[in-house]
Amino acid sequence: MTKKNKETIAMKWSYSPALESKDHINLREKYDLFINGKWMKPSSGKYFKTFNPADESFLAEVAHADAKDVDKAVQAARDAYNNVWSKISPSERAKYIYRIARLMQERAREFAVIETLDAGKTIRESRDVDVPLACNHFFYYAGWADKLDYAFPNRKVSSLGVAGQIIPWNFPLLMAAWKIAPALAAGNTVVLKPAETTPLTALKLAEIIEESGLPAGVVNIVTGFGDTGAAIVNHPDTDKIAFTGSTNVGKMIQKSLAGTNKKITLELGGKSANIIFEDAPIDQAVEGIINGIFFNQGHVCCAGSRLFVQESIADVVIRKLKDRMRSLFVGNPLDKNTDIGAINSKEQLATILKYINIGKEEGAEIFQLACDIPDKGYYCPPTLFTNVAQSSVIAQEEIFGPVLTIQTFRTVDEVIQKANNSPFGLAAGVWTDKGSRIFNLTTKLKAGVIWANTYNKFDPSSPFGGYKESGFGREGGLHGLSAYVKLS
Amino acid sequence: MSRLEILKTYKIYIGGQFPRTESGRYYVPKNGQNEPLGNICLSSRKDVRNAVSAARKATGWAERTAFNRGQILYRIAEMLEGRKAQFIEELILQGSNKKTAEIEVNLAVDRVVYYAGWCDKYQQIMGAVNPVSSSHFNFSVPEPTGVVGIVCPENQSLVGLVSLVLPVICGGNTCVVIASESLPLCAVTFAEVLNTSDLPGGVINILTGAKKELISPLASHMDVNAIIYGDNDEEQWKTLGILAADNVKRVSRLSKDWTNPENQDLYQIAETLEIKTTWHPIENIGGASSGY
Repeated sequence: MTKKNKETIAMKWSYSPALESKDHINLREKYDLFINGKWMKPSSGKYFKTFNPADESFLAEVAHADAKDVDKAVQAARDAYNNVWSKISPSERAKYIYRIARLMQERAREFAVIETLDAGKTIRESRDVDVPLACNHFFYYAGWADKLDYAFPNRKVSSLGVAGQIIPWNFPLLMAAWKIAPALAAGNTVVLKPAETTPLTALKLAEIIEESGLPAGVVNIVTGFGDTGAAIVNHPDTDKIAFTGSTNVGKMIQKSLAGTNKKITLELGGKSANIIFEDAPIDQAVEGIINGIFFNQGHVCCAGSRLFVQESIADVVIRKLKDRMRSLFVGNPLDKNTDIGAINSKEQLATILKYINIGKEEGAEIFQLACDIPDKGYYCPPTLFTNVAQSSVIAQEEIFGPVLTIQTFRTVDEVIQKANNSPFGLAAGVWTDKGSRIFNLTTKLKAGVIWANTYNKFDPSSPFGGYKESGFGREGGLHGLSAYVKLS
Repeated sequence: MSRLEILKTYKIYIGGQFPRTESGRYYVPKNGQNEPLGNICLSSRKDVRNAVSAARKATGWAERTAFNRGQILYRIAEMLEGRKAQFIEELILQGSNKKTAEIEVNLAVDRVVYYAGWCDKYQQIMGAVNPVSSSHFNFSVPEPTGVVGIVCPENQSLVGLVSLVLPVICGGNTCVVIASESLPLCAVTFAEVLNTSDLPGGVINILTGAKKELISPLASHMDVNAIIYGDNDEEQWKTLGILAADNVKRVSRLSKDWTNPENQDLYQIAETLEIKTTWHPIENIGGASSGY
């Protein structure tokens, strides 16, 4: 290699900034609660601020709903259910949902930019993953509205009534779509609470719902904190609670609903195994590992956060992983070149850093991408730990950040045992060239979603949800309908 | 001189064995005429623990072929049929009249046959191939949740137990069953039926005793994946729900008139199944199509 070439390689290569424009977005200074088709001030008069985690800039003020507001929303949903939504024909119901899907598609870019501003996720992901999947989810479920009898052979299908829905901050719009679309298709009305750090796209969705002419009260959106969520869960007039979020909160919800006959679905945490066998296409697998753990800054409940590498290829995989990590761009999420955006909040960054420290203290070996990060905002460089034991805290608890633990294994049986040795069971990845081995593992791994030679793929027609402490019920596909229907 | 009758010792059923309760305690439930039904094991929390660990060890049941599970369930029906007289006698001792006892036992046998038939069919009804918008073959299959705790109703002591237990094992789960506290005879005799069928030990474990004492350790056990509650006590239902949340157990309440022949269905099997979805890439080099 000539001297010149060596210098070129050693040089830190960079791209010119390619910022997505935010001129075209419409954000109000202040958002009220969307109840009964109207924007209502919170009864307490309290508002909270939502910030851009990428630079800590102020985005908007948002109403903090209390139990009184939630009661109004549930009442509105109940009235809409009794008087309108349960009475109109299923095919009309379908048309409303189709219309929402179309209106969202038309405003896709605005949604993507606002999602990136509010959540810190890269524009590439919100533009190519979150927003299209959210639109498609409405489009997919719209068509089910008048075909429900085919989904449950030999049974009469009816709706439940009012569904209370609480969603997390990692995929704000997509989770709203996962909750609202099947609920409406099955004939229920909805009270939805977005997360306090990412309320904006749900409120934009409320604007679209308003524009779509959906009867007032069919979808109500109340913003706020944990107390708002608790008011929804404990409201006596909700028939169903659907929650996506942490396992701890999920357990609290399950406890507080004990003894009632409310239907519950919980989509909780995970610590998913990503398993590479020695016959795997290694470069492809490395891409899959990177996508599995660093997608959305690792704020993914099904993130492939426990990597299991077959011993014979461990050295080469770890070397290639580090090489690939060196080419990742961490920075402004609005930049189209950015691979890793901002951590969603200061609190989450603190949690991630706490786990990184625990990892170091436990004696694991850390590798972190040496990169410049913006002065303002919350960022965490992609991180991996080697020399991790099955008993390490960082290999057992969900970190919900860009932190990967690596363990090795020798035999198939060993890795099945290790992968299943977790209270969670949301997802798993298997990388091998051998089809029969894939089917052996997919049968034996206790997880709701198995990705073979791929990772973090989602589709409206594909059921998603976990085993064990990762929750119960499925979202997406035909199976996602059961969460919102009563069979007789 | 009249012959001295041999009295039966009623025992519990754990891991294919008939131990007495480790606690060494018993209770004597009585029928409507205040006649004692027998000395019945008053199981303890340790028995629950042993039963759960036997059930966990037996989860290889899920790896049997579906066809084989169907055959074994059918074999249970054969053994039950052969013991009909004994069950009728027990039901009568517990307070049923002859006619209702006969109906209950016949229905119990038929219900076992019904679920035997589902063993290799529910997968085809409940599974799906999902038309995802990317180059992947994506399919969903039902799989057992794992170890299931079952609380039986107090009345309908045979057909109630059969109606709750059979769908659970049909789906490949293993279970720990708390029998009717007041009418426990058929549960114990049913264990004897299981033991002479080809069902592997540990797939069904049956405990007798005080529900108040047994529900808590079962519902709070961290290695139980789901609970089916078949009784009608609001307080028990609530306690069970609170404890179950510690490891996010799936909890369902099924109280129906099990003597109604209609009360058996696919959706009851679904209560203790998980849906597992697998994504598999489809090779698409150069985008070659199957057309001309």
